[in-house]
Amino acid sequence: MNDFFQNSLFAGVTLSLLSYILGMMLKKRFKIALFNPLLISIAVTIAVLLVAKVDYSAYNAGAKNLSWFMTPATVCLAIPLYEQWELLKKNYKAVLLSLLAGTLTSVFTILLLSMLFKLNHTEFVTLLPKSITTAIGMGVSEELGGYVTITVAVIVMTGILGNVFGELICRLFRITDPIAKGLSLGASAHAIGTAKAMEIGEVEGAMSGLAIAVSGVLTVIVAPFVAKLL
Amino acid sequence: MKYVRQFLIILFISLMGEILKYFLPLPIPASIYGMVLMFAALKSGIIKLASVKETAHFLIDIMPIMFIPAGVGLMDSVGTLKSILIPVFVITVVTNITVMGVTGRVAQAMRKGADAHE
Repeated sequence: MNDFFQNSLFAGVTLSLLSYILGMMLKKRFKIALFNPLLISIAVTIAVLLVAKVDYSAYNAGAKNLSWFMTPATVCLAIPLYEQWELLKKNYKAVLLSLLAGTLTSVFTILLLSMLFKLNHTEFVTLLPKSITTAIGMGVSEELGGYVTITVAVIVMTGILGNVFGELICRLFRITDPIAKGLSLGASAHAIGTAKAMEIGEVEGAMSGLAIAVSGVLTVIVAPFVAKLL
Repeated sequence: MKYVRQFLIILFISLMGEILKYFLPLPIPASIYGMVLMFAALKSGIIKLASVKETAHFLIDIMPIMFIPAGVGLMDSVGTLKSILIPVFVITVVTNITVMGVTGRVAQAMRKGADAHE
């Protein structure tokens, strides 16, 4: 089975899509945040791989073709942004200030909790870029001397959590404004949160896509200074 | 032909993003440069919205499935995370809540303030 996956172009992708459809069916039937198609598809795929004794690298030999689309898709986030340009221009102050506040909240929450858990410097800087998009986060982690593979894992975990519980957290804080919703999803859960924002609405999606870029760049600027604090 | 042309434009901008990343020594990925380039091209009229729209919306629509392989990769990182699993989990959950709460509330408060002035 492992060999088959290793050499198959379609096994990994088909398994991933099949489990995603299963997740969509469950979501339609049960309407609970935990029945999130992305979360279900990841869980089901892992379960199938474990039962069939297939390594991740064998699965990913085919499934990585899905990841290939990530750069062109991110480039396309410029389109909803362009379509919502007037709205963005009118609210640029709220956008910039809230994203700056979100970035600072992210790094200082991580600093405070890292101190509380007595993490060492390397562990701290590994977690520091966890709220931003993988490609930028990897660069920041590497620059600061973190464990890049763990950074990637934590970024993905953050995104999935944001995707699953984002709407619930918005409700908790009574965030109802579409612009505010989109910004908070993008600032905390980057592209995976943006996928959720796109499902909620066009304005939410556009703002979330913008938040990925702005929060990412802000973190690049802020992180080196905060890294010196622990 | 329409979709081929649209896909080509999107890939070409992605390639330009890669070229920028190659020459600029910043930890910014090709996709973000590409997003900025695409926006600039649309805004300046070099690229018309109609010449990328359908393919762009399709790619955005199927975006969640692109994260499945990365998520499944967590099955391999559990081993390396083992020693700090609990702090990492707590930090991930708490940061998600604080960042979303602060960003959303600040944006919402400023929007309401702006509306009040109008």
